[in-house]
Amino acid sequence: MSKHRKPREAKEQKSLWARFSSWVEGDEPLYEKSRPLRKDRDTLSSSGERETDLSRYLLVYHILAVFICLSVTAVLLVTVHSLPLFGSPDNPASNEVVERYVESGLQETGAVNIVAGMILDYRAFDTFGESSVLFLAVSSVMILLMRDKNNIDLEEDTLTARELLMERKEKDIILRKVSFIVIPCILLFGIYVVLNGHLSPGGGFSGGAIMGSALILYSVSFGMMEVNRFFSLKTFRAITTCALMVYAASKAYSFFTGANGLHTGIPLGTPGAILSSGLIFVLDICVGMVVTCTMYGFYALFAKGEI
Amino acid sequence: MLPMVQNFPFFAIFLCMVSGILSPLWKSGRMAWRYSVGVAFACAGLFGCVFAYTAAGEGLSFVYQMGHFPAPWGNELKIGPLEALLCTAFSTVMGFSLMGGHRDLEADILPHKQNLFFVMSNLMLAALLALTCTNDLFTAYVFVEISTIAACSLVLVKDTQYTLIATMRYLIMSLLGSGLILISIILLYSITGHLLLPNLLEQVGMLVDTGKYTIPLTVVIGLMGMGLAIKSALFPFHLWLPLAHGSATTSSSAILSGLVVKGYIVLLIKVFYQIFTIETIRSLKITNVIFLFGILAMIVGSVSALREKHIKRMLAYSSAAQIGYIYMGLGLGTDAGVVAAVIHILAHSFTKSMLFCCAGRLAGVMGHHKNLKNLRGAARRDRAAGVAFTIGALSMIGIPLFAGFASKLLFASATLLNNHKMLFTLGVLGVSTVLNALYYLPAVIVIWSRPEKGEEPAPKRKPDWAFTVSAVLQAAAVFGLGMGFGPLSELIQTGLGLF
Amino acid sequence: MEWLITYRFEVAAVILFGIGFMNLLLRKNLIKKIIGFNIMDSSVFLFLASQGYIEGRIAPIVVDGVQDVSKYINPIPSGLVLTGIVVSVSVSAFFLALVQRIYKKYHTIELDELLKIMKKEED
Repeated sequence: MSKHRKPREAKEQKSLWARFSSWVEGDEPLYEKSRPLRKDRDTLSSSGERETDLSRYLLVYHILAVFICLSVTAVLLVTVHSLPLFGSPDNPASNEVVERYVESGLQETGAVNIVAGMILDYRAFDTFGESSVLFLAVSSVMILLMRDKNNIDLEEDTLTARELLMERKEKDIILRKVSFIVIPCILLFGIYVVLNGHLSPGGGFSGGAIMGSALILYSVSFGMMEVNRFFSLKTFRAITTCALMVYAASKAYSFFTGANGLHTGIPLGTPGAILSSGLIFVLDICVGMVVTCTMYGFYALFAKGEI
Repeated sequence: MLPMVQNFPFFAIFLCMVSGILSPLWKSGRMAWRYSVGVAFACAGLFGCVFAYTAAGEGLSFVYQMGHFPAPWGNELKIGPLEALLCTAFSTVMGFSLMGGHRDLEADILPHKQNLFFVMSNLMLAALLALTCTNDLFTAYVFVEISTIAACSLVLVKDTQYTLIATMRYLIMSLLGSGLILISIILLYSITGHLLLPNLLEQVGMLVDTGKYTIPLTVVIGLMGMGLAIKSALFPFHLWLPLAHGSATTSSSAILSGLVVKGYIVLLIKVFYQIFTIETIRSLKITNVIFLFGILAMIVGSVSALREKHIKRMLAYSSAAQIGYIYMGLGLGTDAGVVAAVIHILAHSFTKSMLFCCAGRLAGVMGHHKNLKNLRGAARRDRAAGVAFTIGALSMIGIPLFAGFASKLLFASATLLNNHKMLFTLGVLGVSTVLNALYYLPAVIVIWSRPEKGEEPAPKRKPDWAFTVSAVLQAAAVFGLGMGFGPLSELIQTGLGLF
Repeated sequence: MEWLITYRFEVAAVILFGIGFMNLLLRKNLIKKIIGFNIMDSSVFLFLASQGYIEGRIAPIVVDGVQDVSKYINPIPSGLVLTGIVVSVSVSAFFLALVQRIYKKYHTIELDELLKIMKKEED
């Protein structure tokens, strides 16, 4: 230890005991790589040394990373070789679980779309977690990107202001006319996908994404201010919270009754009708609203730092 | 109808999730804080009742069906004495961490973003509880992801210094871990066709007996273990931890070090016990690998902590070392080792969250300097924080009467049953205890030593009641664990039998 | 080598997983890291979806009231993929927001430059 501490010792001539006591008092760690004193630390040589330190670390990291990547890939390839045969009907995965989902899913959940019945009824706890992930993501993006005193960029702000001015003056006529026709169609299609989630491919997530894209298109062609007239942070909060709360309440009800062996008393309706499959229909609408808000929220936060 | 107490775990998890969703609606951060602390202690109370219910007599564990469909089709929770105990401890520690770091929370986070912090903390608690209780592997994955995003946000919510870069490194490592966990879940699904733990246990048992799909099974254990090890910062993957835990705000550091990494370890224990059984793991020699990395983490973490002058990063490196202890206990491959590991999880949760809260408070009274040099005499300005920090440090070193001693004693007695690893483990335990003492004692001496002359007198600060109460209660918990670990370890033993 | 054809989807997924993994770990540019992460997740979904596929069967949406298990593919992987995609979208959004914020603060998205800046701040 004392060997590579020479530069400092030459100046200070500390005894072992003095060094020990200064370590105890928190002035310096017990051992440390030799570091020049603070006053010459800014000179070129020392910063170069620190950079080689970093680059050495990066080299080790690279070698390790390549090694791990290659070995994981190789191991997975070997594993694939010994997996059950692809596309064969006798795989271990086709067991009594699948049988029940397919053969009595329609009677038990009321959903023609078996996947919808599975994710919103049989395994609904996962899906509730998944909606919370969306909510969580939008909250954390808000923490990161909402404008405040830590998150200011003057250059960008002037740019945004200029864009806003342009928006008002210049009317991009083609974009606006086309959007005027297209947006209602997209919205309508999104609503169709959400409402038919239990009958056909689609559901809350895909329909919500479609409706969210309609909102984004509206904001692109008519400007953020226009959207803010009917969709502000307050509406965003209200819709997301209400939808998630309805979701949570209905699932809590169904879990509670299920675990305690009670009947829900919710009619499943005739399979295939639009108003059928009990809670799944409601849940799809809730999920659709959450996803719509989240998609637009992401866009608005990334573009302007506010909703 | 079930007995009412069996509904409590479900109530607690939903309470956390709903309060997470409602948190942004609070007008002020202070209201949200009160409410979140309340929720955490309410969960602790609910799980406390469940613990009393499950640990009574011979002990029992029950399955709570989430929905109208039984095991292989629907979703389930499973709660026994062990799960209930862990959940109680997790919720309590969450409440204490929020209380202990409240002052810093208000100083570090912008007022209109404070309620978003509580979204994260509430959903974090929900994820921890669900991870501990769930009986379904895919649900576990979803909650692992929730805890990933929430943990990263807990780091970056303090918007100064280099929290953003620390979060970036944390996020990259976490995503790698999640990817590995997901692909191992899929492999497991494709060879067994199930996602619920009891069915997986049955199928895997059959596969092991018939010798089919041995390669995929080994790979599954390997990838799952690696993913969870990355997320819980086991030795070669621990480099993100000191940055993230050292730069976050006090409460976040306490939550991350005390709870988040533990959640993944609990999941790993669940995977070992409820899918593969510990015998299979032992016969595949996986335990030896874990044992080796645990030992390395104990030494490397302590040595790195020795070099650190920044008090919070020192504590963070010490967490990396303590995680090594836990993995070492798992790596012994015996029930006794796992019991010791669980006790260490509890001891470290309480102690480390207390240490982080105290470090935040001590730095607070010295004008937010975190270097040990600048903390001289800090304990004289806030005696409660000083005493609690000292207790925490003594507990981490492993002085008798404190929680850290209990787990070290149990580790030592667990190794006595293991002929191959006994001497080696005892030696390493001794060395790492000395190392712990080498970095904790100077810190304690510094904070109690008399400040140099000519220093300005301490500015008058309002006493922080929330902190003091939480410090006193946590110190009491550390004492309690250190004194009452005997009956507790027996309870954990029964819990492990019912796991 | 015939197994490469039989397991074509799985093999492709594994190779993509390797590529994504490598990009996530080794790229210095943070945006490219995100792309790597997305490749990795997509490959996992491809893998998952291929586990549910059964030769000659149709998507699990009941048509004309036929509820025979031998007619439809396995619905479970489809549901899991759906969940996985939503999680992956959320994480990507979070990751991108973090990168945007880092760019605003440090005016770079190269990880080693960021690490250098951090080392300097530490001193």
